[in-house]
Amino acid sequence: MSTEPNATGMKPLEAAEAEEAMREVLAGEGVADAASELAPGVPEPETLAEGQMEGDPAVAEPACNQDCKIITRHVNVFYGDKQAIFDVSLDIPDRAVMALIGPSGCGKSTFLRCLNRMNDIIDICRVEGDIRLEGVDIYSGEIDPVLLRARVGMVFQKPNPFPKSIYENVAYGPRIHGLAKDRTELDEIVETSLRKAALWDEVKDRLHAPGTGLSGGQQQRLCIARAIATRPEVILMDEPASALDPIATARIEELIDELKQNYCIVIVTHSMQQAARVSDRTAFFHLGRLVEEGPTEQVFTNPREKRTQDYITGRFG
Amino acid sequence: MLTITVLAIAVVAAAGFWLGYGPMRRMELLQEPGARTERLHSRPVYHGLFIAAWVGIPSLLLVVLWLMMQGSVLDWLLLNSLPADELARLSDDQKQVLLNEIRTLAQGNQLPGEPAAYVLEAAERLNRWRITAGWAMFVSALSLALAGMALARRRISRFFRARQAVERVMDGIMLACAGVAVFTTVGIIISLLFEALRFFAKVPVTEFLFGLRWEPQIAMRADQVAGSGAFGMIPVFTGTLLISAIALAISVPIGLLSAIYLVEYSSSRFRAFVKPLLEFLAGIPTVVYGFFAVLTVAPALKAFGEAIGLPVAPNSALAAGSVMGIMLIPFISSLSDDALAAVPMALREGSIGLGATKAETIRRVLVPAALPGIMAGVLLAASRAIGETMIVVMAAGIIATLTLNPFEAVTTVTVQIVSLLIGDTAFDNPKTLAAFALGLVLFLVTLGLNVLSMHIVKKYREQYD
Repeated sequence: MSTEPNATGMKPLEAAEAEEAMREVLAGEGVADAASELAPGVPEPETLAEGQMEGDPAVAEPACNQDCKIITRHVNVFYGDKQAIFDVSLDIPDRAVMALIGPSGCGKSTFLRCLNRMNDIIDICRVEGDIRLEGVDIYSGEIDPVLLRARVGMVFQKPNPFPKSIYENVAYGPRIHGLAKDRTELDEIVETSLRKAALWDEVKDRLHAPGTGLSGGQQQRLCIARAIATRPEVILMDEPASALDPIATARIEELIDELKQNYCIVIVTHSMQQAARVSDRTAFFHLGRLVEEGPTEQVFTNPREKRTQDYITGRFG
Repeated sequence: MLTITVLAIAVVAAAGFWLGYGPMRRMELLQEPGARTERLHSRPVYHGLFIAAWVGIPSLLLVVLWLMMQGSVLDWLLLNSLPADELARLSDDQKQVLLNEIRTLAQGNQLPGEPAAYVLEAAERLNRWRITAGWAMFVSALSLALAGMALARRRISRFFRARQAVERVMDGIMLACAGVAVFTTVGIIISLLFEALRFFAKVPVTEFLFGLRWEPQIAMRADQVAGSGAFGMIPVFTGTLLISAIALAISVPIGLLSAIYLVEYSSSRFRAFVKPLLEFLAGIPTVVYGFFAVLTVAPALKAFGEAIGLPVAPNSALAAGSVMGIMLIPFISSLSDDALAAVPMALREGSIGLGATKAETIRRVLVPAALPGIMAGVLLAASRAIGETMIVVMAAGIIATLTLNPFEAVTTVTVQIVSLLIGDTAFDNPKTLAAFALGLVLFLVTLGLNVLSMHIVKKYREQYD
């Protein structure tokens, strides 16, 4: 269950709220609003296991055998003559959270942006290697980058709502991709997305107020709702909480925890606590190379590499 | 005399500088390099500048005031010195004419006919007085300069905070410079307002604002105080609006699209080459655009009209408006360019990250986000179009026709102002005064557009900072 009260780093208040929400769901009440979208009834056993960050060694298995959403092999990225990523091979599991950690400038954001070809808009950037989304090479001619980005959504470091209304922000993707046949369907998509992003209750009365008028945390959840609205399979998050205060951060983390039941999530973070709290697997990058990758539990408690241990214990970075 | 006075002040100011700099410099050289106490508060150069300012500024101000006052004081003295019986026969205007004659004679020029003896005498007197006044100015300015030097020198000491004092002088100078622009604007408004009020005393405001006929020449010929219905500004203003609308209809799409291309599509090398070229358009003198309109565009339009059987006037609104539109392209493109470039990269990435194409991103996110800046550019261009004179004087018509047909000749407010003021006209008949009323309306409209665009720009800046 995603709203596990004992999840690390959860504030007592949120824990209490989550508990209440769970009780409601279990009692079969209050399904008319957010809870119905967010909590999928009685949790599946393996989801429960995945959600648990600590204490259960059974989770610490190599997760990525056949259930991998994205497979990357020997990825090299260059900015002009400068190489930013060196020979990274990483498998990203579906319906789980993969955290990319590492010191500033280690290439984790660059790697993330390869996954939906956002690096294409940088003229001097060149990507080599093999990146497959469900077995199809995303850099081959088979895949249209525009459609790829609809499948692989992205949430950025700084909340970047468009200077439009809240409704229009969420409806943006569905409109350009023609996901709704009429206004009623569009309304539905907007509502569902906002519910999934745990923002509906806060904004349902002012859907046509400007999105830039929300608080930082709300703006970021609006951006998540906007990404969800295009029905992506993968959500990339580039330090989604680094511009937010601790309370807003906790809400985003809670949200990530819930979203991973339906999406493959890759998150870049500077905060090791955050990686430990939200992710199932963690990859540590250093100087453009992938140093270590494994179940979060193992990377944080028993890293194979000395450099990982040094970084995690704060000896550099 | 003026040159000598200014030079003398400059010399005294230079002397004052050394008077401050020299002793303080010697004092500075004597002090211990590491000493914390007993040091000069300010570097010697500030002491020098302090004295120079005290020498130069008051005395130069005195000279300026003196020159402003001298003429009227001399006129007054001159009038009083003339024989009283001669003066009694003259009206105020005639007195001015007489004074003008005396001044002309005093400069050594001949007058038509033989001037009266008392006039010649007065001219000689004026010359003598002028020399005296010149010397008086020289002496008083110089003594003020020396007094300033003495006063300032007494304040100079090791402890004197010359640095701050010089700073305050600089503040004052900058304030004065800023004041010049403000006072000029206020002066222009006041003069426009007064002349316009004189016009409205002769022609009712309502007739001017709502009249449908503009025939200022008739009022002149028939010697009417107010030609009935001849001073209605509606047709003139419609002409201005028609030509401006044509200009904007051409410049807004071209300017905006070229800005979008330059910001979003072009390579940086192309941009570095084309952007200065576009802005170069703004540097072409409008009279050159006028030639282009009269000699190239208007005949081409007329020929084109004839070819398809459309009657096109040789000085059609379309010719003037389209050339004006070309002139306005750099305004629109430059401001839109800035506005688009100021849209944060995060918004582009956000849209592209949702699977939007570049064109969708531009149309649905960038242009709406940059719209306030673009609007400000459009409004500035509009106020330029309304106030533009040279192109329309050369290429638009002179007869005020009330029409919205771009193929006909229309006239504009600026053209009318120019034609009303050209030639020898007295400044008290409604024909001439009408120019000021038109000018006032024009000023108010462009002022309103500028204020509106400044307001929009301000709001827009708050959005992304």
